[in-house]
Parts: sequence; structure tokens; C-alpha cells
Amino acid sequence: MTNQQTINIRGGRLMDPLTGRNGRMADIHIAAGQVRAVVDSGNDLPSADIELDATNCIVSPGLVDLHVHLREPGREESETIETGSRAAALGGFTAIVAMPNTEPAQDSRIVVEFVRAQGERAGLCEVVPAGCITLGRAGEALAPYDELRDAGVRLFTDDGNGVQDPLLMRRALEYARDLDVTLAQHCEVSRLTTGAVMHEGSCCGHLGLPGWPAIAEELMVHRDIELVRLTGARIHFLHLSTQRSVDMVRVAKAQGLAITAEAAPHHFTLSDESLRSFDTVYKVNPPLRTALDIQALKDGLADGTIDAIATDHAPHASHLKEQPLDQAPPGMLGLETALALALSELTMDVYDVLAALSWKPAKIAGIDDRHGRPIAVGEPANITVFNPSLEWTVDRNSGASKSKNTPYHGRVVSGKVRHTVFNGHGVVIEGVAQL
Amino acid sequence: MKHLRSIEELGVEGIVRILSLSEHMAQVNQRPVPKVPALIGRTVVSLFFEDSTRTRISFETAAKRLSADTMTFSVSTSSVNKGESLRDTIETVSAMGVAAFVVRHKTSGIPWQLSQWTDACIINAGDGWHQHPTQALLDTYTVMSTLGRTPSATCLAGLRIAIVGDVRHSRVARSNVQAFTALGAQVVLVAPRTLLPPGVEDWPVEISSSLDEVIGDVDVLYMLRMQRERMNEALVPHLGEYSQRFGLDERRATLLRDTALVMHPGPMNRGVEMVVDPATLPGNVITRQVANGVSVRMAVLFDVLGGSEATTGVQT
Repeated sequence: MTNQQTINIRGGRLMDPLTGRNGRMADIHIAAGQVRAVVDSGNDLPSADIELDATNCIVSPGLVDLHVHLREPGREESETIETGSRAAALGGFTAIVAMPNTEPAQDSRIVVEFVRAQGERAGLCEVVPAGCITLGRAGEALAPYDELRDAGVRLFTDDGNGVQDPLLMRRALEYARDLDVTLAQHCEVSRLTTGAVMHEGSCCGHLGLPGWPAIAEELMVHRDIELVRLTGARIHFLHLSTQRSVDMVRVAKAQGLAITAEAAPHHFTLSDESLRSFDTVYKVNPPLRTALDIQALKDGLADGTIDAIATDHAPHASHLKEQPLDQAPPGMLGLETALALALSELTMDVYDVLAALSWKPAKIAGIDDRHGRPIAVGEPANITVFNPSLEWTVDRNSGASKSKNTPYHGRVVSGKVRHTVFNGHGVVIEGVAQL
Repeated sequence: MKHLRSIEELGVEGIVRILSLSEHMAQVNQRPVPKVPALIGRTVVSLFFEDSTRTRISFETAAKRLSADTMTFSVSTSSVNKGESLRDTIETVSAMGVAAFVVRHKTSGIPWQLSQWTDACIINAGDGWHQHPTQALLDTYTVMSTLGRTPSATCLAGLRIAIVGDVRHSRVARSNVQAFTALGAQVVLVAPRTLLPPGVEDWPVEISSSLDEVIGDVDVLYMLRMQRERMNEALVPHLGEYSQRFGLDERRATLLRDTALVMHPGPMNRGVEMVVDPATLPGNVITRQVANGVSVRMAVLFDVLGGSEATTGVQT
């Protein structure tokens, strides 16, 4: 892709790590993939190929999603790197971390390089491959972290599986520490969740569905906090879903341990009661939990215990979801609704939402040299422009993802991405993907 | 009523309606030729994804006595074509022109999923651990009629009913708790904690872990089937210990009131939950449950398919 496009963004409110929470009314000029000028609103800018109106909009660093399933290679019926990237760009993301549960898994240089190259070919956002903690995500032998690190990988996870073996997890943390990479855990003691379909609680008892108890997550959160204490390594907790998990992370962070955590929008907007419809769209792993857990996640995001909002975007073709609840694969779409849900459902300031959707996850992903940056002269032009109060109705048939498994179909939300600039290119203009 | 998916959806009014209709169907069944033209020309398909000979035969008998055409679509779990989704299956069979599906599946919620994809009526013949509404209706009918009561919203008032055994994995227990309590009975669940469902404390029931403490005090003793495959899940130490604590043996049978009914949804595990020969018990109504099943399922099919009452040839 060339970097010849020049873009002006006018009339918006800039909000980045340096502007402070009220932001600043300013216009910007982009050329050669960089921010070239930032001036107070209405002042002169160099002329540009593309003029983007940002009236009533926030202009922020591009959003970063730590947790995306792109299904390529292996499950292209559900999503491809191109369709997932398009959904990401429309959702305001300029970087997405591709989870390694592909087929084959992202546990070797060749697969990681393929994923990155497919992302570059699509050109809609940066696709950042995560590596596996264990070979084939089988939980038995360490993946080659140094080889993968050389290929640009900074985040390692067996997402979809928790690393069950405490010895292996200890070794992984010790080994990863030297390489300055981050391990990200999917916390689930699988012996406690065999066959589980939904949160274990009153609702699951009523519906007669096998339960996924909160303690299956919490035991592993606890174990890994202690392993971090022991090894001095750092860890990132994926998609925390329970009140006790949030409490434990809060205490561990206060003790100075190198722990970060994320929460997914569906975990702070939907509860296990949704399963009363027996609609498989609500089956997700970890499962939707209770009103208490939802409140705990919101509180955790508000006080910074949870660093990032990550979608766990998990497309599944309709015929896969149209199966019995125990056979339907877990997961739901997230990329195109995350920002709106965060703005609609959380009581946090827009600034804090952006911290959780942009600069904090950029740091966790190890891509903060190019994403989540201040909007200032010389910085890479990865920028999102959104109207924080524009209402719209989610429609599963109009999404860019190849799959339709959004649980929010028909829901009215506020906050809509208007433009996305990736690497100096207007990849989304007036809500329409350009590639 | 479009579907019969759960006792909860049916509601008290619906339960009473089915019980009343069942009385009429029982009259039909006492005739020399127990057959009426109520559902002539309608097709009822048994869609069984899980084996169940007795429930299927009971439904098919009921449908035939109402003159419906019946077909069986058996899908043993092992032979399900992994390429075909649930939706494809129901849409394919629906296309043949089906008035009602009688559905049995090992997973909870299937009747709700299927009703999105077909215009036919769905009758739940058992979904996972969730619901088995016709079992609850025939059990309710059996208790009511045996005790000489008549259908009403309070027809089980004053009765104390113990449901004993693996409540956690039992659709029968879930349906029966709803039906029995809806009609005014007091229900006590008797089971070890490992065999009770999460959230059971929110159910409108009492809970006990001692059958000996409960048994002398009940009007109905409802024994659930203890499945042998549960032994692999560390839910109870072994069948012998389960039987010792929760089985109905000769000693416990002597603790029963003379008038107490003894019920079981079948198939019985002799020597496990049922150690004593139930035929020796004065309150044994287990075969009556099966007989009533046909009348109740006729009532359900009739109700769901909106048959005309004139065609049953009985006064309503």
C-alpha cells in the first residue's frame, strides 16, 4: 500500500493520552502515513486529497482490540482475515490481535507470518498475530517463543483453552520473562467445565443445562496470580467474567504484581438470563454471568482494575450455531458493536472508554510504538473519528463480518464510527469501508 | 395452544384444561373401539433424536386413536449426519406437510430452537434435563384421578409429594415440581446435594437428604430413575450406597402410609431406587401412570392441533 494519500480531519474534538479528559478542538492534516499538522479548530491546514468532516465527533487514536478470532487459516466459512479486518475498521479499530486458535494454530513462524501477510493484503487495519503458549494449544509442550518473537509476536495465549498444568504454566512464565513477552491466560479449569453450556447458577438449574461455575475461572486466576508472584513474570487475563476474579486482580495489582486484564462487552451487557430463549447466539466462553458479575466488571473497568475492553469477536457460520446448545460452538461477534456498547452501557467518561479501547490495550499488545499514540506531528496516522451520541440499531444482516452471530440484533445503541484512518489511509469514510 | 414445550408455558389454566380433556379421552379409551376421527388427515411426526420406546409408542397410540397419520423419524445420536444442522433437519421434514412434531432430544431447549424454523406444532417429549411436560401431566392426572379429585387449579391442594433421587439430571423432576406446586401440592425433594441442581434453593420446594425422615409423612412417593452412567461423575460413591440411602426397600416401604401412592416414570432400575417389588405395595400406581399417558397425550395432541370437540363423540 502506498502512503501517498493526504487527509484533513476538521471540526472534531481531539482526545488522546496527552489532551486530558476534555480533549481539544483541533483540525489535523495527515500525509505519508503520519500526522503532519495539528491546529486549533478553524485554522489553516495544507490542502488534502480527502476532507473528513468531524463535526460533533471525537477524534481519537485508533482503537485496539486485544482479542479477535479471524478464523483464517482453517475456518474461512465463518470469517476471513479480510472480512474480519473490515468489521474491525468499521468498528473503529486500527489494530486487532488475532487469537492463535486457527487451524493450524499460530505456534510457528510460518503461520504467524501468513496471518500478518493476509492482514497487510487486506489493508484495513493491522492484524497482530498472537502466538500460542503451548504447541498446538494442547497444553503439553511450550511453543517456540523466541522464534515467534522474532516474527513480531509479543502476546502469547492458548485462548479457548486455559493452560491446565501448573508446572507447564510456571515454566512458561519463567521462560517468557527473559524474552520480555506477555502471556495471556484464558482462565478455565477444564475439569470443572466439562460439557458446560452456560453459567452455573439458578438459571442453569432451571433450564437443565450443564453449568460452567465461576470458580472454574477463579481458581486459575488465583493460581496464575501466585505464579506471577513466584516468577516475577507478567500476565494478562483474557475476558474476565466473574466478580471474584475482578476482586482478586484488584488486590494483586495493589500489591504491585505485573498483571493486566480485559473484559468483553458481552460480559458487561448481557446476563445468563438471555439463555432462557435457548438461542445459541448467547452461548459464549466464558459464559454470560449474573447481574452482580456485570456490575463488578463495570466497577473494575471504572477503577482501572480491568485495563482493556476486548471483544472476543468470535464469528461462527449460521449452520454451526443452528445446532443443539451443547454442540453449537461458543462465541459471538463483537468488533462492530464494541465502541457503541462501551459508550452506551458504561458510566465512564468517553476519555476512559478510549483508554480502555485504545492506548491501554496497545501497550498490553506491545504495539504502543504505532497504535494508541497521541495525535501529534510525526505520529503514525492511526485514527478513529466517531460520533459518541449518534443512535443506531444493530442489524446482523448489515455487518461486514462473514457471520451473523451478534446477540445485539435490533438493539439501539449510541456511538457510531464515522471515519477510520489506518496507516494514513481513509479505510472507513462516512461509515463505509473503502476497501 | 400452539406448542407444548414446558409446564411453565402451559400455565395453571392450561394444565387444568388438559386434565379435563384427559378425562374425556379416558372415556374414549374405555370404549370397545377406542378411536375417534378428531385428527383425521393430520400428520404427527415423532422426531426422536434420543431412544425412547415407551414415550414414542404412547404418543403414537394417542395419535392413532385420534385418527391422525403418524410417522417416525428416528435419529440415533451416532448416525446424525454431522453436516446437517438442526435447522436443516426440521425444515426438511416440515416440507412433507406435518401438523405436529413430537420431539425428544438429549439437549435442553431443542423444542424452542425448532419452533423458530417450522410452522408445525411442537410437543416436547423430553429435552435434556429440562422438561418432559406430558410426563408431568400424566403424573398429575394419575394423582388427581386416583384420589378421586376433579380438575381444578387447586386439585392437588393439601398433598405432600416427595420426589426422590437424581433431580439434577431429571426433566421429569423439573416438570413435575412445576405442575405439582402449580396445583397446590407441597413438594419435598429428597436427594444428596450432588444430585440437586444449582439454584434449587430458589425453587418452591422443601429439600431433604434423608428419605427415612420424609417417607412416613407423604401422600405420594415419586421415585426417579438413577442412571448408572452417573457413577462415572463422582456424584455418589456407588450404586449400593445410593440404594441404601435413597432406595425404596422393604423396610422403608413399611414406613409408608397405607394410602400413600408410589410412582415412577420408568424405566425402573430394580435393585437401585426400587428394591422392593412395587407390585406388593398397596399404593403402587406405576402401570396406571403408563395407561393414563395415552389419554393425556391424546388430550395434548387434541389441544395443540385444535381438533373439533364434536368429533371426539364425548360430552364436554
